[in-house]
Amino acid sequence: MVPTFYYVLLSALLFCVGVTGVLIRRNALVVLMSVELMLNSANLALVAFAHARQDVTGQLLVFFVIVVAAAEVAVGLALLVTIFRTKQTTNIDDINVLKG
Amino acid sequence: MIEIPPIDWSVVLQLCIIFGGATALLMADLFIPEVRRRVTGYLALAVLAAAAIAGVAPWGCRGHTFSGTIQIDSFSLVLNWIFMLGAAITIVLSFDYLPRHGINRGEYYVMILFAVGGMMLLAQGADLVVLFLGLELLSITLYALAGFAYPRTTSEEAAMKYLLIGAFATGFLVFGIALVYGATGATNLAQIGAVLAEGRIDGENRIYLMAGAAMTVIGLGYKISLVPFHMWTPDVYEGSPTPITAFMSVAGKAAAFAGMTRFLLTALETQREIWVPILAALAAITIVVGNLGALTQQNVKRMLAYSSIGQAGYILLGPLAASERGTEAMLYYLLAYTLTNLAAFGVLIALEARGEAAWNLSDLGGLWQRSPGLAIAMAIAMLSLAGVPPTAGFVAKFAVFTAAWQAGQAVLVFIGVIVSAIAAFYYLRVVAQIFMSEPTREVEISSDRVLAFGIGLSVIAIVLIGVLPARLLNLI
Repeated sequence: MVPTFYYVLLSALLFCVGVTGVLIRRNALVVLMSVELMLNSANLALVAFAHARQDVTGQLLVFFVIVVAAAEVAVGLALLVTIFRTKQTTNIDDINVLKG
Repeated sequence: MIEIPPIDWSVVLQLCIIFGGATALLMADLFIPEVRRRVTGYLALAVLAAAAIAGVAPWGCRGHTFSGTIQIDSFSLVLNWIFMLGAAITIVLSFDYLPRHGINRGEYYVMILFAVGGMMLLAQGADLVVLFLGLELLSITLYALAGFAYPRTTSEEAAMKYLLIGAFATGFLVFGIALVYGATGATNLAQIGAVLAEGRIDGENRIYLMAGAAMTVIGLGYKISLVPFHMWTPDVYEGSPTPITAFMSVAGKAAAFAGMTRFLLTALETQREIWVPILAALAAITIVVGNLGALTQQNVKRMLAYSSIGQAGYILLGPLAASERGTEAMLYYLLAYTLTNLAAFGVLIALEARGEAAWNLSDLGGLWQRSPGLAIAMAIAMLSLAGVPPTAGFVAKFAVFTAAWQAGQAVLVFIGVIVSAIAAFYYLRVVAQIFMSEPTREVEISSDRVLAFGIGLSVIAIVLIGVLPARLLNLI
């Protein structure tokens, strides 16, 4: 059996990839995908812990996370569409009316 | 056959009223014609009133249900009332604003109700899963509300920034919860506390716990805009429709504080030596950065955004004291801050003519001659934010400082007092502008009765709470 620690290590790595994506990519769609990666890395950790402890709570939380992530992306894409209609861009550096 | 554990409905009665009412209102709104849109708002107020009254009976009781995931106690009841008060005043402030900006849609009121439901879940949650769901329900509705004034580009931009940063914070929160669960094998706050009290956490579990707790606090820190997780706040507050800015600056913040307090004081009670110094440092930076940022702002809406960052630092002194007195001080501060900020934003709403922002400091010039009522309201709100007696803001600051002092946070109190003296400068600058300057240009002022009523109510409450603090402190 693979030790739980390996799963946690993998999920931490995936999480870091997600964080890096949010910080360096400028396309709002890719940023949303990176956020998705962060959430799913947490799901992997949850499932691994739940399996190691033979406890169902962690797996239950995964379902909630999936639902919430879907809701978040739904609102995010709707916003992106309205912004694209007015600005013709998905680059978050071009969305910069507010500053100071 | 799966046995369903018994459910104590009295614990979740307020939540049921809010969610049931919001769902019913979403349907009912379809049959309300555009010109009568206010009816939806009044119905939403009725739902809030019903839920507020439902909180009277369980006063003083403690209980939990749904396998210990949702609880009720005086802490959550007081917070629920603060959320509902904030939402009710926000709705009152919106009646005139929405049609004037061409965004008179009924979902607005419904989404405010859903956000209140999310906040109540945060205040009543006794389990990390419930805290997570409450925070997300609150956040996702606020993303949509921030972008409610589309196709106005500032509103769209505010919503997009809020969503991207908020989703990023959610990632931290979820990963944090996963690690805490991995370390302790529980998501129930009390169970986590019990496991930690036994002190059997060692080896890699210790690392999971530390990393997990830190990431959970970071996730919540974004929502209460603690420095250094505050970068989104000025932009989002400036771009969102003004009533929504008011709502998220008060109720949204209060809810995130509720979740944070629960997590720190129930689950991590025994790890106090570790988190108190870290959060004390964050509170100090937050107070300094927020208030210094506000000093240079010419845009009043943006200034209030920075001021709300600074205020979050003061509020954090309450949970930091990690005592009953500290929690009471925090609740008191949240109430005072809710009323004060709503009054201040209410005045901005009254000054905001269609499609044109009158948020510049010079636009407030000569307000005293043009509208004495609004001038006095704004002056009292500013004095309360600055913490001048006899307003609610003074008593609130006094309460958190006392609690922090008793908990041995002398340095933090010292920083807080010095910075609030500096902060008085920019709050009083607004007051000076109102009373001593001449108007620079004609700004259309709303003459809506309901709006005036909302502002007046908040101002009277600020003064009353400032004058009669002992009554209320005893009540909490």
